[in-house]
Amino acid sequence: MKLPETIRAAFVIARRDFTATVLSKTFLLFLLGPLFPIALGMGMVGIGAQVDRNAKTPPVAVIASQHDFDLLEAARQQLSPLADAEPLVELRHITPAADVSLQSSQLLSAEANPVIGVLEGGLTAPRLSGAVTMRSRTARQVGLFVDEARRMSVQQPVQGVALQVFPTTGTAGLKAFTRSMTGRVAQTLLFVLTILLAGMLLSQLIEEKSSKVIEVLAAAAPVDAIFLGKLFAMLATSLTGIALWAAVGAGAVAIWTGGGPGALPAPAVGWPVFLALLLIYFSMSYLLIGATFLGIGAQASTAREVQILSMPVTMGQLVLFGFASLGVGQPMSGQAIAAAVFPLSSPFAMIARAAEQPMIWPHLLALVWQGLWVALILKFAAAVFRRSVLKSGPSRRWPWQRRKRRPA
Amino acid sequence: MGERAIAAEARDLVKDFDGKRAVDGVSLTVPEGSITGILGPNGAGKTTTIRMMLGIIEPSSGSRSLLGHDRPLEVAREVGYLPEERGLYPAMPVAEAIAFMGALRGLPLKEGRRRALELLKSRGHEDWAKQPIRTLSKGMAQTVQLLGTIIHEPRLIVLDEPFAGLDAINQEKLEQLIRDQAAAGVTVIFSTHVIAHAERLCERVAIIAEGKAVFEGAVDEARGRLRPIVHLRTRADDGPWRAALPASAKKLGGEWRFELPASGPEPLLRALIDGDAGIETLSIERPGLHDAFIAIAGEAAAREMGHVPSAEEAA
Repeated sequence: MKLPETIRAAFVIARRDFTATVLSKTFLLFLLGPLFPIALGMGMVGIGAQVDRNAKTPPVAVIASQHDFDLLEAARQQLSPLADAEPLVELRHITPAADVSLQSSQLLSAEANPVIGVLEGGLTAPRLSGAVTMRSRTARQVGLFVDEARRMSVQQPVQGVALQVFPTTGTAGLKAFTRSMTGRVAQTLLFVLTILLAGMLLSQLIEEKSSKVIEVLAAAAPVDAIFLGKLFAMLATSLTGIALWAAVGAGAVAIWTGGGPGALPAPAVGWPVFLALLLIYFSMSYLLIGATFLGIGAQASTAREVQILSMPVTMGQLVLFGFASLGVGQPMSGQAIAAAVFPLSSPFAMIARAAEQPMIWPHLLALVWQGLWVALILKFAAAVFRRSVLKSGPSRRWPWQRRKRRPA
Repeated sequence: MGERAIAAEARDLVKDFDGKRAVDGVSLTVPEGSITGILGPNGAGKTTTIRMMLGIIEPSSGSRSLLGHDRPLEVAREVGYLPEERGLYPAMPVAEAIAFMGALRGLPLKEGRRRALELLKSRGHEDWAKQPIRTLSKGMAQTVQLLGTIIHEPRLIVLDEPFAGLDAINQEKLEQLIRDQAAAGVTVIFSTHVIAHAERLCERVAIIAEGKAVFEGAVDEARGRLRPIVHLRTRADDGPWRAALPASAKKLGGEWRFELPASGPEPLLRALIDGDAGIETLSIERPGLHDAFIAIAGEAAAREMGHVPSAEEAA
């Protein structure tokens, strides 16, 4: 069958699936889906706060003599056994320049090697400025380091005033931190949505296999058209859902912040590009994972068999997600680059990168790379689907189930 | 078969599943405008043969052509197919389901909806149009699927066990529909394991047993494989006339039954009269397709076991 005929048939199947899904009561549940994690999230603010405490922040730059810095670092090491609950702030030594005030503001605004705050004034008149408050973890810990360093001073304990804190806004460190959080949230959203939709796709296929519709379709259209029609119908369904969620979400953010989504800390590539990339990477990850799930679904004939088959794949996806999330906050690390290169984790890694790095060209490269893999996996999964979906007779027998059977 | 064009043809089709041979060299020729039955017991390989002919699955070896095309899906628009395992979307309204089946075969959805309503109305089922499939009985759903099979006015209709699950009235209606389609020039192929339908409808039959085509040809040719059966009642119990009866003749309830000898009825009659049999009744029964089917399918099964029963044994 010629390609346009395959596309026409795929469109007929996709239109049916899309209409049936969007007009079903289940779609309402699907639309309400995001409310559950939001409600859950609100109930778990405590856990969120814990995660925030445990999140690794950029270091504090210490403009001080080598002697004072060594004392502070020793104090930090001394206190580390007590720091089970939350990680200790890292310190980075900076040799004082002629104009310390200018040096401090340059450090706070530097995008390369960003810092969360700058400590100056030595041990006698310590001043901490940056994205910190008096009660913040960073300020509390730095205060402890200073006190301990003074006490540890061998020749003569240093006397001095208490740590003074000067909060500033818009530091590069804070920006890097919020961007990495944006990346993490986007990555999680992408992963959850993909898994959810691939699961829905699989359920639909099983329903059609059990209701025998699949043979009616296969007699009229090439199996590739059925495969593509189903895959793209679910993609269109999910994009419809996402468009609705985005509209509602933007409205909620506008009401909450009084300024629309633009009031949120912007990702490195800016909101418009970031949202476009989010949609594209979602489509890529859905096509990669959805095609894999469809290929698997074709092997099974009951929901139970699907569960058995899809569990290892879902676990594999979790591992990939974990792998991709390792690079968040360190976009130039080997882990982040490896996750961006590996096709199945690439969309997750790249959306985090979009939040943290302003360059666009890596995304163009990644999309070409992912596109190639989408084509490859679609081709392979369609072949598996074609081979397995319409085997005559009863369901596939696994080695432990083998018995004699005769097709009709 | 004469000069009629070929609507569907299979040559030595073979299909293996997981190392097991489901269809073993089936050949079949279906002339255009004919009604052809594919007969065989359950599990004989009928469905697999049909699926291969329609291009739903690929044969392991052999070739087939449908309406002159080697790739059957290329002519999907001109073919209607009712699978053995009926499949409809349970939530879909009836008219929409029929139109969707037409759309799969290239009929615009709008035209499909119009024709669906027309078809339902012509059968007095216009009240079904908006009902979801799930609310229909099995027979009603089967009718809907059948209408979906012909909605796009195909040149060839393939029905896999179409009578299964239908009551007597609906079976009669389906037979009429098949006759109507054939009268309109549509080629019809259907599979069944109920010979009576094939006997009433078919011009040609293919008999499949154990995955092999053991007969393919005209219905009369299948019947011709069996000798007519003679039913004889005589006044005399014994006498010289007994020599005219073949050795295989059996007496059941006062009546002799035996295959008509190859020499025909005249020498037999003469021998009976000359031998003072005192003929009370004598009838010669032409074998039905049912007898032919059992004889042929039985022969095939017996061949595999190394024993060929007589037609009477098989019957």
